[in-house]
Amino acid sequence: MLEIKNLHASVEDKKILKGINLQVNAGEVHAIMGPNGSGKSTLASVIAGKEEFDIKKGTITLEGEDLEELAPEERAHKGIFMSFQYPVEIPGVSVTNFMKTAINESRKARGLEDMPANQMLKLIREKSNLLEIDRKFLSRSLNEGFSGGEKKRNEIFQMAMMEPKLAILDETDSGLDIDALRIVANGVNKLRGKDNAIIVITHYQRLLEYIVPDFVHVLHDGKIVKSGSKDLALELEEKGYDWIKQEATV
Amino acid sequence: MDLKDKLLSSFLAFENNVDLDHPVHEVRSEAIKTFEEKGFPSKKEEAWKYTSLNNLQKVDFSIFPKEENTLEFRDIKKYFLHEIDTYKIVFIDGVYSSYLSETTHDGVDVCLMSAALTKPQYKPVIDVYFNKVASKDESLTTLNTAFSREGAYIYIPKNKVPKKPIQILHLATGNEAAVMLQPRNLIIAEENAELQVIERHQSLTKNEVFTNSVTEIFAAKDAIVDYYKVQNDANTASLVDNTYISQKDNSVVRVHTFSFGGKLTRNNLNFYQNGERIDSTLKGVTILGEKQHVDHHTLVHHANPNCESHQDYKGIYGEKSTGVFNGKIIVDRIAQKTNAFQQNNNILISDKATINTKPQLEIFADDVKCSHGCTIGQLDEEALFYLRSRGIPKKEATALLMYAFANNVLQSVRIPELKSRINKIIANKLGVRVGFEL
Repeated sequence: MLEIKNLHASVEDKKILKGINLQVNAGEVHAIMGPNGSGKSTLASVIAGKEEFDIKKGTITLEGEDLEELAPEERAHKGIFMSFQYPVEIPGVSVTNFMKTAINESRKARGLEDMPANQMLKLIREKSNLLEIDRKFLSRSLNEGFSGGEKKRNEIFQMAMMEPKLAILDETDSGLDIDALRIVANGVNKLRGKDNAIIVITHYQRLLEYIVPDFVHVLHDGKIVKSGSKDLALELEEKGYDWIKQEATV
Repeated sequence: MDLKDKLLSSFLAFENNVDLDHPVHEVRSEAIKTFEEKGFPSKKEEAWKYTSLNNLQKVDFSIFPKEENTLEFRDIKKYFLHEIDTYKIVFIDGVYSSYLSETTHDGVDVCLMSAALTKPQYKPVIDVYFNKVASKDESLTTLNTAFSREGAYIYIPKNKVPKKPIQILHLATGNEAAVMLQPRNLIIAEENAELQVIERHQSLTKNEVFTNSVTEIFAAKDAIVDYYKVQNDANTASLVDNTYISQKDNSVVRVHTFSFGGKLTRNNLNFYQNGERIDSTLKGVTILGEKQHVDHHTLVHHANPNCESHQDYKGIYGEKSTGVFNGKIIVDRIAQKTNAFQQNNNILISDKATINTKPQLEIFADDVKCSHGCTIGQLDEEALFYLRSRGIPKKEATALLMYAFANNVLQSVRIPELKSRINKIIANKLGVRVGFEL
């Protein structure tokens, strides 16, 4: 589904990604771990199409189509979704109005009519129940005054609404207490299927107890230096990242 | 003849039609002398640096409306907030229209300034309040005072609340080639009274209109006044709005100014706090295009301890429009524990649009909290990316962010139907589809 080949990316001439290779197939869950500053969030943003990053070399393709020239919204229309590490507060737009606009714009891009209001309401009800979100919460301004946990739950609610092919969860576990983590992970697991794929970016193994990955990759200094099964995450939890860094230098 | 001379000679004709023995006429005579001395403000004055009245002074305005014009309600319905029941005071070319109005004397007075200035039963109130907070040396205010005869008169006695909001609508039909209007409003909320007013000036044709309006608002102890100014006039209509507010202990006055149109609009909004624990709120949403010009000059004078003021003005300027925000806050030496907040945020969406913004703080007390922030900028890139990553195209995402930016000011609007009306105007101006809430 997603294929990344020899990806080099920079921001303001600072090299951050230095040759990433990654293949994600439909039905798979990949975890990307690594120390701070290794390039995890950059990788997520580059896939989602953030314009401040320059792709210097290499390619990213989704189902064979090169993404480089596509705007963030076009990538979203093709089924890419990123859950933000720091969701932006937008006072003045309610969660509901935001989702309505997002869904109808995506439908428009696919040549579909607006979703009828009653169908939209039904979908909102179903997905907010899945994430145990209070209805009152949905008429509040997007992310404004939300706790860290509420913001992350709202991200996964959006993911549930958009039903992406490829979801990238950027540090979705940060700021979550154990109950919120369970609800969020449960929401993500309900969305797992043979036709979609998930990339989980995390610093800690904790989230991976709930969202069990098929593959674990370790990112260090802009490169994937080690890949393995879910056991690799446990090993990292136990030993830290230092041995990986040493191995990488050798 | 230039406009000043025309006005001065018109004053003599004006005197033929008013009661020269009424004490108010002494006030008018003083005022015309001051205006004669000062004339129209020029760009040399700091307060008028960015707003020129020169072109208006070249227009041959008709000063006195000839006769009452009739209009059918269905033709002007859209200028009212017609979704709810309200009292209405309607003027057509400066003349009261009893046909379109709904006034009351049922426990409260919602009626006409012309009655209040002539009938003996109003004299005690007029003696206490008329021209008591309006400036006696600002030239346009004195010009209005000199010609003060008609407008809205609202008196809410102690502990009273009118049954419904009050709308004041000034319509200009363009029957004259060009018309100058000078409405004079007096609004009094006695102790623990409460009221809501919506004011609008609307020209119905392309003929030039110049309105120089003065409104005095008095909020006694514990009174609550909400005043909404809807400015969405034709491109040939200019307005100078001079509003003066005097507040006593524990009173709350909130003024919202929605500026979406007009050729030239100048808002002089002045709050004087004459008591303790007063709350003054000044909010504004300005969305302009073409060559429209809006100038917001606000003044909050904190003269006593333990009071608050909250100012939040948001502006979006497109095409060749120009905006001005000048927010003056004075905190007297005795006004300790003052909380004064001021925000003015602007977005320019065209290279040819301009905004001049200036906070002006004069603080003489030492135990106060004052904050101010003026910004002129583009939209937040991170927010734009967030919206686009959810499939909302750049153009729509930009519009949605501007909508959010402006819409956020509406939270303090206390008439839901007005809020939704303004919300729709904002959405339309910015090309956003809304109107879907749980």
